[in-house]
Amino acid sequence: MNYTLSHLDQLESEAIFVLRETAAQFGKPVLLFSGGKDSIVMAHLASKAFWPARLPFPLMHVDTGHNFDETMVFRDKFVEAIKANLIVASVQDSIDKGRVIEEKGINASRNGLQTVTLLDAIEEHGFDAALGGGRRDEEKARAKERFFSHRDEFGQWDPKNQRPELWNLFNGRKHHGEQFRVFPLSNWTEMDVWQYIQREKIELPSLYFAHEREVFERNGQILAVTDFLKAQENEKVEKRLIRFRTIGDATCTGAVESPAATLQEIIDEVASARVTERGTRADDQRSETAMEDRKKEGYF
Amino acid sequence: MDLLRFTTAGSVDDGKSTLIGRLLYDSKNTFDDQMAAVEASSKQRGDEHVNLALLTDGLRAEREQGITIDVAYRYFATPRRKFIIADTPGHIQYTRNMVTGASTADLAVILVDARNGVIEQSKRHSFISNLLRIQHLVVAVNKMDLVDYSEERFNEIVEEYKAFASRLDSIVDITFIPISALNGDNVVDKSEKMPWYEGATFLYHLEHVYVGSTENHVDARFPVQWVIRPHSDEFHDFRGFAGRIAGGVFKPGDEVVCYPSGFTTRIKQIFNAERKEVDEAFAPMSVTMTLNDEIDISRGGVVAKSNNAPQISQDIEAVICWFSEQKLDPRGKYIIRHMTTEGKAIIRDIKYKIDVNTLHKIEDDKGIALNEIARIQLRSSVPLHNDPYRRNRNTGSFILVNVGTNETIAAGMIV
Repeated sequence: MNYTLSHLDQLESEAIFVLRETAAQFGKPVLLFSGGKDSIVMAHLASKAFWPARLPFPLMHVDTGHNFDETMVFRDKFVEAIKANLIVASVQDSIDKGRVIEEKGINASRNGLQTVTLLDAIEEHGFDAALGGGRRDEEKARAKERFFSHRDEFGQWDPKNQRPELWNLFNGRKHHGEQFRVFPLSNWTEMDVWQYIQREKIELPSLYFAHEREVFERNGQILAVTDFLKAQENEKVEKRLIRFRTIGDATCTGAVESPAATLQEIIDEVASARVTERGTRADDQRSETAMEDRKKEGYF
Repeated sequence: MDLLRFTTAGSVDDGKSTLIGRLLYDSKNTFDDQMAAVEASSKQRGDEHVNLALLTDGLRAEREQGITIDVAYRYFATPRRKFIIADTPGHIQYTRNMVTGASTADLAVILVDARNGVIEQSKRHSFISNLLRIQHLVVAVNKMDLVDYSEERFNEIVEEYKAFASRLDSIVDITFIPISALNGDNVVDKSEKMPWYEGATFLYHLEHVYVGSTENHVDARFPVQWVIRPHSDEFHDFRGFAGRIAGGVFKPGDEVVCYPSGFTTRIKQIFNAERKEVDEAFAPMSVTMTLNDEIDISRGGVVAKSNNAPQISQDIEAVICWFSEQKLDPRGKYIIRHMTTEGKAIIRDIKYKIDVNTLHKIEDDKGIALNEIARIQLRSSVPLHNDPYRRNRNTGSFILVNVGTNETIAAGMIV
């Protein structure tokens, strides 16, 4: 008998281990659910990790209010199917309460404002660990991230002073008021996620598959026309066959031109892609250390 | 597809980041937007070539200072294998970084600068890989372009290294490869400048080296992580023990002992990650088990087969690596974390320190400071169900945590 596991089975076992450690080591964890593929995979793994019981923690959507309609419909259906509790933390509420000020100008985005809404919601509900779908292959600052990532009482990340993580021994000890971010998919790559979605037959929002949509180009990115994002006079709006590689705030998530309409076609496209996944995200293009700076502030 | 986890270690300026950058670039695992950013940064810094080392720098401080601070994990794949690299910097906090990277690796790459030969750092890296029980080593002799691609120089280094490596007892195989990371010789493509070298290129070796499983499949150990009680109509009496198998193979019907109570029962069902009942399960699978009898076992408990018990003791002899700026306090209390158990621990005795450069024992100085390695005896407030680290990495390893700061301050391997 050959006792070996395929790479996907190893990654799955590791992620389930991390999810169970999170439930066991923290008093009140929460799973951050954006409706994007990584958080869908994470929630799918969580429903396996605790089966036949329900998830021992709620899902939380930090809602910028700038969503694609498809994402919201999908979110509610998905939460219902896995019988989870959903909390919605709204950036609009933070704006209305004066906690944050909306950015102005044509490139205005609510992406950065999410951090305040997230930290407020964590404090309000008393969460001490927030599970995120972040992967180390996504972005250079994330390559240095731990599975159990310690945050101080202000929710901030100190990349130069992280706890070493050895074997599979995770240290979730903290002082009162401090919190953790936990990343069960740390070792997964974009390709692993797609292969796993295919293997598990996980349903995804239709935005990930090729469809016709009204778009325009700005700073080399293809952006969709929505209620929250309009083209400027000099920007030409046209119908193109596109899909999204990541799903975030509609104002800063770029599309790619693609005819890939099935999972296998997407996997083939990912295999031959020449631009990183987050290359389609305007929030990361703001500066070379945009992700690191946001993470230090308390972003996912 | 098969997965290989390896760690790279090097000294300052021996070209480790360049080697990884070259590996990613020549194996077509870099993206256009990454390369555009690297080209722009190289130009801005006034570098002569496109500096592939910039592909691996993550943090602002690292790019500013041109050094790597922390362990970084990188991912790439070829049609044959998937790779996870733990890239560990060779200076400040070197022991901590190297030990961390090595703890999850199956293979270690030791970089040697062809001009300098086997220096203290090369020995230190090899010793730590051996201590963490990595069985496969690749010695990449880099900067061959700066020694005129000399076969003689390469052979000298191989002999020098072999003389030292005969003392490393867990290494199964060592492969020597002459390379130039800067020019790409023997990294992915075979070098035209070194026709005398008939071995595999660096990438070919990583793709083909037989590593096997580093898991122990002999001694069955199941540390309980979490108890699943659904309280639903369908699963009214269900009581499942969830965890990741730390060693061996379990089957339904196996007679098992549940620690710490010591009660014997049989395994009723095993569910895998697919939520399906399976005939057997092995390390490192995450599973849920049910037992024939209602036995009191919860997080921190261990299930083992009744004919093969773990060591059970509160007194542990171990080798530890110290990660803290604060010296080990011989009267201090620490938190110990072993598998899913947590307890308090005191260091009873420091037997000796090990000089990581010469491998000599130091018996007259027992102050344990940052980056030092020592053999110690400790007492735990709870019994630890363990195996020697050399038999099982999962059941033989632990960490120590500072009670006040909550920082992880030491890694331990049970002797």
